[in-house]
Amino acid sequence: MKRPKPAARNGIGRRLVITGLAVAALPVRPARAEAIIRVGYIRWAERRPTISLLDRPAPDDGLAGARLGLADNNTTGAFLGQSFELADVPVRQNDDLPGVLARLAADGTRLVLTDLPAEGVLQLADAAPGHAVTLFNIAAPDDALRGENCRAEVIHVAPARSMLADALAQYLVWKKWSRWVLAVGSHAEDARLAEAYRRAARRFGARIVKEITYEDTGGSRQTDSGVVQTQQQMPVFTQGLPEYDVLVAADENEVFAGYLPYRTWDARPVAGSAGLRPVSWDPGSESWGGTQLQDRFVRMFHRPMTGLDMQAWTAVRMIGEAASRGGADPAALPRTLRAPEFGVAAYKGQKLTLRDWDGQLRQPILLSDGRGVVSISPQPGFLHQVTELDTLGVDRPESRCRFK
Amino acid sequence: MWGVALLLAMILLANPLLADGAWAATAYVTNERDNSLSVVDLDQMKTVRTVPVGQRPRGIAITADGREILICASDDDTIQIVDTATLKVVGTLPSGPDPETFALHAAANRLFVSNENDSKVTVIDVAKRRVLAEIPTGVEPEGLAVSPDGKTIVNTSEVTNMAHFFEVASHRMIASVLVDPRPRIAAFRHDGGEVWVSSELGGRVSVIDPVTHAVTHRIGFDVQGLRAETIQPVGIRFTRNDATAFIALGPANRVAVVDTKTYQVSKYLLVGQRVWQLAFTPDEKYLLTTNGLSNDISVIDVPALKVVRSIPVGRLPWGVVVAP
Repeated sequence: MKRPKPAARNGIGRRLVITGLAVAALPVRPARAEAIIRVGYIRWAERRPTISLLDRPAPDDGLAGARLGLADNNTTGAFLGQSFELADVPVRQNDDLPGVLARLAADGTRLVLTDLPAEGVLQLADAAPGHAVTLFNIAAPDDALRGENCRAEVIHVAPARSMLADALAQYLVWKKWSRWVLAVGSHAEDARLAEAYRRAARRFGARIVKEITYEDTGGSRQTDSGVVQTQQQMPVFTQGLPEYDVLVAADENEVFAGYLPYRTWDARPVAGSAGLRPVSWDPGSESWGGTQLQDRFVRMFHRPMTGLDMQAWTAVRMIGEAASRGGADPAALPRTLRAPEFGVAAYKGQKLTLRDWDGQLRQPILLSDGRGVVSISPQPGFLHQVTELDTLGVDRPESRCRFK
Repeated sequence: MWGVALLLAMILLANPLLADGAWAATAYVTNERDNSLSVVDLDQMKTVRTVPVGQRPRGIAITADGREILICASDDDTIQIVDTATLKVVGTLPSGPDPETFALHAAANRLFVSNENDSKVTVIDVAKRRVLAEIPTGVEPEGLAVSPDGKTIVNTSEVTNMAHFFEVASHRMIASVLVDPRPRIAAFRHDGGEVWVSSELGGRVSVIDPVTHAVTHRIGFDVQGLRAETIQPVGIRFTRNDATAFIALGPANRVAVVDTKTYQVSKYLLVGQRVWQLAFTPDEKYLLTTNGLSNDISVIDVPALKVVRSIPVGRLPWGVVVAP
């Protein structure tokens, strides 16, 4: 353990002169012919208002994630003679979706991300087999798309409502906040989300002590009715409830949930569509190398990375990963994706894999307070015979999906 | 005379490592969350100094003469040089943005740095403290290793999922080898015959022939009572005779002991939480592990294959080196 004498110093301290080596290397591009993998992105351009200005979606919400995924794929592809292209197709209500798919297919696009509501996904799914297209549902959380309306051509990257509800329920039960009031909006999506919360409560031993409904009468937003009005409305909406631990809000259209925190009659935490929210990504997530992804994203797009961005990034990375493992052939690529050993790394601490019974991507769900990650589900202690990730959402024996 | 004694007393007070008059085996640990370097005396088996360094210190190396430590201060976009005698930052190297880890090529006096956010490896002339080259590589470059003959470096890319081989002389990429998801560390056997690459999310170590660039073996792990997904191999170290490899298994909180002839795991050693990096003492009596979540290092008695001590260090300990 003796230190060498100064005379024996080498390495850093020595002023070694290196000559003739200060040549910057050029990127090595393989000489082989490039395989081009075209990815389509059908993007819902209809935007709804949000309760907080901070939540207004960026014009490239989702698309930016796909673009970063594409850049990552192309860096990798350079070593394999593969290059990836992205076609962005914005669509609006009443646009001819099957026509859009046909045009993409005519350009040789066989892999298409759908940033669409469930009805749009279903329309495309019915048109997909005719064009040998595989769809990646990155936006619609509907369990029906993974259940009675499932299609073999669709891979669901977006977590299902049941997965989100189960993720939150596990944490609330772990916290021993097991008496819930469920506050449900009046839209059809809210009813579906509420059903997911009822199912989650039954599965994990929580009790819904009361359900209340918030009617969307229009014009109830803070810009119309003012802070004073909201301050009056929310306590009234939540008064006279039985003893409860936490208020769970099901409000996918951002009508009221965002107004609940700090305004409930009783001093209770809010979760679900406001307060503690189950999400696929949070721009504050730094675990498992997440900081690197956040840094790359912010540097490219100058804004935080949203859940939709993450879902799009993950879908594009799945395509890239499948191409690097099993080749770029668009016919073979979906088979590689669905192989049991296939998995994609997405800064969630473990490989994300596909459920073969409904095409859903297994994934941990983050619980975000809007500033950072409060917890990540599945929670410890919720066990499963195959993988704990299957404690979130609809498991194989319960699935109503039957691929034709 | 009195002045000399006073000076000596001051030196002794300033550096407790010198206090017992002997050169103790000393380990240095980067604490990613504390922006500090822990100095661990392995005779006393305790942390004797904690020294402030740059922001988000991660990768760490020590020069062959033990006089200087290099630290990736990732959030400061620089590599700091710490003088081991004074434990002061005495200089910096132009690392490029977000340096995470590096490999020191002692013979060429060059440092190869992975710039995680930029998909490149920066080559630094250590003596001149300047950048010689920036080499494009895969997405999120991570582990770097120099071949024992000094001719090749290997760089892993966490998103691209490859081990990239570069020729040191020309900085040219000569091969890219696909491995399991999220490769972290590349390590050459001392005889240069194999490169082992750990895949954190793939849960396996790929053994690569550095001549044919083919994956010849894949080493899997199976710890009773643990889910496969909690087994995430990262750090790899070979004993000097290459007979045994030690592999840190991350959140499995184990270090696997692998027979390099049979590629079989002979033992799992329970260490602290989320174990990542490893370093031997020069006499190979001990192997140290950094345990990111329990904020300590475990000391493994190598001949006995037993964990003999855990020593608290700073928060989120990342890397460890031992003075030669």
